[in-house]
Order: sequence, then structure tokens, then C-alpha cells
Amino acid sequence: MDLALNEGQRLLRESVERFVEKEYAFAARRQLAASEEGFSREVWATFAELGWLAAPLPEDHGGLGGDDVDVAVIMEGFGRGLVLEPYLSTVVLGGGLIAAGGSEAQRAALLPPLAEGKLLLALAHAEPGGRYDLAHVETRAEKDGQGFRLSGRKAVVFHAASADKIVVPARTAGGVREADGITLFLLDRQSPGLALRAYPTVDGLRAAELTLDGARAGAEEVIGATGAGLPLLELAVDRGITAVSAEAAGAMAALVAATREHLQTRKQFGVPLAGFQVLQHRVVDMFMAHELTRALAFRAAAAMDDPDPRARGRAASAAKVQTGKAGRFVGQEAVQLHGGMGMTEELPVGHYFKRLSMIGTLFGDADHHLRRFAELDPAAA
Amino acid sequence: MELRLSEEDAAFQAEVRRFVAENLPADIRRRVELGKRLPREDYVTWQKILYKRGWIAPGWPKEYGGPGWTPLQQYLFEQELDLAPTPRIIPFGLVMVAPVIMEFGDQAQKDRYLPRILASDDWWCQGYSEPGAGSDLASLRTRAVADGDDYVVNGAKTWTTLAQYADMIFCLVRTSEEARKQDGISFLLIDMKSPGVTVRPIVTFDGGREINEVFFDDVRVPRANLVGEAGKGWTYAKFLLGHERTGIAAVGRSKRQIGELKAIAAKEPANGGTLISDPAFRAKIAAVEVDLLALESVVLKVLSEQAAGRAPGPEASLLKIKGTEVQQAISELMFEAVGTYANPYIAESFEDGWNEPPIGPDYAAPIAPYYFNWRKASIYGGTNEIQRNIIAKMVLGF
Repeated sequence: MDLALNEGQRLLRESVERFVEKEYAFAARRQLAASEEGFSREVWATFAELGWLAAPLPEDHGGLGGDDVDVAVIMEGFGRGLVLEPYLSTVVLGGGLIAAGGSEAQRAALLPPLAEGKLLLALAHAEPGGRYDLAHVETRAEKDGQGFRLSGRKAVVFHAASADKIVVPARTAGGVREADGITLFLLDRQSPGLALRAYPTVDGLRAAELTLDGARAGAEEVIGATGAGLPLLELAVDRGITAVSAEAAGAMAALVAATREHLQTRKQFGVPLAGFQVLQHRVVDMFMAHELTRALAFRAAAAMDDPDPRARGRAASAAKVQTGKAGRFVGQEAVQLHGGMGMTEELPVGHYFKRLSMIGTLFGDADHHLRRFAELDPAAA
Repeated sequence: MELRLSEEDAAFQAEVRRFVAENLPADIRRRVELGKRLPREDYVTWQKILYKRGWIAPGWPKEYGGPGWTPLQQYLFEQELDLAPTPRIIPFGLVMVAPVIMEFGDQAQKDRYLPRILASDDWWCQGYSEPGAGSDLASLRTRAVADGDDYVVNGAKTWTTLAQYADMIFCLVRTSEEARKQDGISFLLIDMKSPGVTVRPIVTFDGGREINEVFFDDVRVPRANLVGEAGKGWTYAKFLLGHERTGIAAVGRSKRQIGELKAIAAKEPANGGTLISDPAFRAKIAAVEVDLLALESVVLKVLSEQAAGRAPGPEASLLKIKGTEVQQAISELMFEAVGTYANPYIAESFEDGWNEPPIGPDYAAPIAPYYFNWRKASIYGGTNEIQRNIIAKMVLGF
């Protein structure tokens, strides 16, 4: 049992924090958010050079062989700087899926360019009307010779328009919400029959609605076994939850620090606001919410290699419940304690609040994961 | 005690409902429902319709053009507008500065400003907060120095709602340095077209463009625009704050939004059914409804006390705190209800004339920006922290 970061992770943390502080100032981030792609390919190349893209990937295919704790360390740093680059989509979700479920040929073909920053991925895990149910897959994959033809719609696919390839769950068997019969396909973004409607999101990222109209996928583009995609998808999403929980913890840390500083500098009634004990306690509660979130996020990260998917799922859901509730609380309180200034576009506070709000909905909100946590309880089985 | 409306009041309510249904232009109603950014003309058009019917100023005495309604009728009227929904009545002229002019202004000011406020010929905005004076409003530093027949005004106001549309601004300015800082403050009416007035928009993090900074650079204002006595501005401002009591709770608006929330939850698929059939989510809606019932009960009690000629107690702060908490809770539940489709944000889609199909359900787009924007409600008009200070001091005697 050791819940502290090891030496390598400490160094990694320092290097991410240094990068965010030096290269990812708020003004620069704002420009990136307003740019066409919504992030910087140059920054992405830097991530590759620093080894952050390779960090969790297997060593036999260009990776550094790290684990989910390393990812959490990186994502926490990204949360502090509201980093926009598609690390979650490409490395954690896409890369994680291929590493965990891909064939040897897929791993060899895709992981090295991914680690080098030359391949971007996206995951289309949601459908319109599916809410947060990963098994809600209406998209169908009909057998077509040796391959398949996919038809259906996917909702809010993050970074789809920038991705080279998109992981698309589709039904090769079964009814809409059945666990069995879901197959994961790795489609080229340029595939005929695959259309994107791209747009910005409220927190400055990019996403797209995806329409599949007979898009073709070869048998070699199936990830894992046909019809058995859901457990893989759940694993990828649990790891994604862990990663965004760590990101949220980083964002919360930034808000606690900014709010503390604001109260110490802003004077009203002739004294700094920090002189009012009632306001100090508000920041204390924010601080506690952050510490609890961070602890649970890293605990979940450490649980991702648990061979029991129920135990792993409960760890991820626990982190997501805490992240959802604390993200809302810390975000709202930070805005409130900044007063009118907290409402402005000019200050980072509102942007952290928006990101925390959207992390709250990503992969399921606190209610959804509270229910899942209860359902995965061995005592309830 | 009697919970039902009298026959007369029920008839009144029906009459208002019918009038709004028949006279609110369909395009304006559609823009309000879709959460579009309303152009200035929409507010003015609607206010002039109410003006022609004699209903634009429910709270004004009859002698100035008010309809002579009881407090309860005023409340019912506002509720009907909120339920419709109509564009909100811009309060700065009709509800805020007009009562101050009636109470403390001279005859010339009454003759000049009140008819134009009533007819919505002038758009007013409020110049209270300053960059260094928010919760501590009395520390304001915008200075008005007497010079011949004019005051010369220098300084800056901030968080000024819809100043970009305004013809006039009423300001708290410092006309003298006194031992007690409240004593050097005066209440001044300033033409926004005066040379030296500059408006700079403040974009809020939801993407909104409603608030502004207003700068005064050697602005000459006739001394005739001083309301009442120099140095009494703080008293007038407090009068103004106390004047508007029950509207701040926005009960009608919250009722309509709970209706919208339920309609959304009934459409959102969840766990094989819809979100409204999810007991956990339904319990959350119910909890807000109970809070709103409690809030409305306080409002109705205040109205009854007023009708009986008894001075209402210091409920304004309670209504502000609880009212905004309820509004924010509803905005959170709407945000939760739309789930993943809270994400897309196409800035142009909030302008009228954007005709592309929506991304996700048609009700989704304004919900996240509204949730973000409405965080302002517990900050503006005296933060909820300041409102708690007021209750602590004025009610509990700490």
C-alpha cells in the first residue's frame, strides 16, 4: 500500500507544472481556444518530445510502459492550465483501447505514430438519446463481404474533426441497450459515408456530431472480438473517468489558489476580504473538496489495473461522483467569491468553472455514477 | 387566511393572460422562448404595448400614470408576464429611478423624466458599482465637482446592465468628502450622450454582452439634474433598494422554468424511460418546487401585509437570497437534464436569423450559457453575502 507519488511521478509532475506555467499562460490558451482547431499541433509535438504521449503506452510499441497514475499526474497538471490538446481522446481513450484490446498488427501500426505525435484519435462513445449508457448503441454494423457497413449517429465526439481515426462502437448483434453484440471499429475519419458536423463546446474544446451512412470498415478494423466490445469500452471509459477526475483536481487546485489570492488582495470596507472569517471558511471548504477529489482520483488511477472489472468500475464511479459534486461546488464558490470579476470572460475563474462543469457531464454525471457505484456493489449482486 | 383568489382577482388574472396572449408579438415571444439575445427594439416594442394599455407601471401611483392596482394584482400581473414569457420589463427607469424622482425630485424633473419613462422613450441604466466599490458601495469615488451651473463628473461605473442601449444613467457620485463616507454622496441624472461618456462592454464568461463599464471624463452635467439635496444620495439609494421588495424573488419566472424543466425531463431519454420517470431526478425537482412554494408563501404574506396597510418587514434580503438560490437550483437541474448536449456552443446561434438546425434537442443550446450566466444572480444587487449581513444586523440585531 502506497498512495504517494514515486520519484519518477514527482519529476513528471514538476515537468508538467513547469510547462503549464511557462508555455500555457491564460492569454495563450485563450488564443488557442479561438483558433480553427482549438488547440496547437506545435504543443502536441512538444508533448511527444517530452514523452507524455508515450507515457502510458506499452514499451514494445514505442511507449514508456507507464500506468494510469502517470496519466493522472499529467492530467492533473493539464487541469491546472486548462490544456486544450486532445490528450484524453488520443492517448487515454484511443491509445488505451488499442493497447488493451487491439491486435498485434493494430498495436504495431498505430501505437508508435501515436507516441510520436503523428496520429490523433477520437472515441465516439455516446449516441443521441443514449444519455450516459455505454450499452445504448443503435448504430448498426451490417456484414458486407469480409467487412462491415456502419449506419447510425454518434453524439458530441470530442476532437473528431482533428482525429485521423475514430473508434466507433456499433451493433453487430442484439437490441439497443443490450450488453452483448457491440463491436468496436476503428474508422478512418475520411471514410466515405462518415460525415461530421463540427462545433466548439462551451468550455472551448471542439466536438462533432457524427453521421454514418453505410461507412465501410474492414475486418482488420475491428478492435477486440466481434460482439464483445462493451467490456473494452467500459475499461477505456473508466480510465477516461480517472483521467478527467485528475484533471478536475488540477482545475480545483487552481481555483482554490486564485480565490485565496483574490480574498487577500481585494479590499472592501477598508480591509482585505480575507479578514472576514465567514469567507475564510468558504475557501476552507473549497480546499477540502479539492483534496478529497484528488485523493479519490489517484486512488481510482491505482485501481485501474484491478482484474475485477466491478472493483475497477466502483473506483472510477466513486471518483466521478466526487469530481462531479466537488467540481460544481468549487467552481460556483470561486465565481461567487470573486464577485462581479468572477463573471467576466477576462478572468480565468469562469473558464475553470466551465471546464469543471463539462467534466461533470463527461462519461456520466454524479447521479449516474452514484447509481453505478451502488449497482456494482458486490452486496447488491 | 384564504388561499384562493377572490372572484375579482381571478377575473383580473384572466384578463391579463388574455391580453398578453393577444398582444405579445409572436416573433418576440419566439425569441424569448428560444433564449435568443433580444435586440433593444423587442424590449421597447413590448413595453410600449403595455404602455398603450396603461399597464406598464403597475407600482406607480395613479396620478403619475399607474393603473391603481392592489399589491396582489401587481404581483399577479408580473407573474402572468413571466409565465407567457414576455421580454422582462427593464426595471432601471420604471422601477428604480422613477420612484426616487417622484419622492425626492423637483417638479421640473418629474415633468421632464416621468412621462418619457412611462412611454419607454428613454432607456435608463444604473450607475452604482465601481471597480473599487462593489459590496462596499459607499466607498465609491466617481466625483462630481460644481462648476457654474454644471457639475463636472470624472470616474468610472461598472457592471452597468445594458448601458449600450441607454439614453440616461442615474448615478451615485461623490460631491464632497465627509467624515462619514455615505454623507458626501449625491444622486445625479446623466445624459448618456453627453461628451465624455464612454461605454465599454464587459463580456461575461457565458459569452453574454449585457454588462458594461461606463467612463466619465470631464462630463458636464447641469446642476438641475441633481435629485433632491447634495449629500443625500445614499438615503435616496437606500429608499430605492427598499422600494422593490417582492419582484426580486421572481416567483413567476421560476414557476415557468420549473415547467420547462419538467418538459425537458419528459423528453430526455434515460435508462430505458425518460428522465422525469427517474425517481432520483424527480425528487430533485420536487425539492426545488417545495423551496419555491415556501418562497412564494413569504411573498404572498408580504403582499397581504401591504394590502392591510401594515409596513412590510425587512423581507427584501430574504427574498433576494432565497429567490436567487431557487433560480440557480433550477438552472443546475436544467443543465443536468440535457446531459451531453449541454456541450455544443455556437455563438452565432444566439443571434436572431441563425437558421441552421440545432445540435441535439432544440431546447439544449441556451441551457449551459444560462446556467453559467445565472451565477450572477447571487452577486448582483448586493451579493447574497451582503444580504446575509443585512439580515444579521437589521433583523437579528447582531
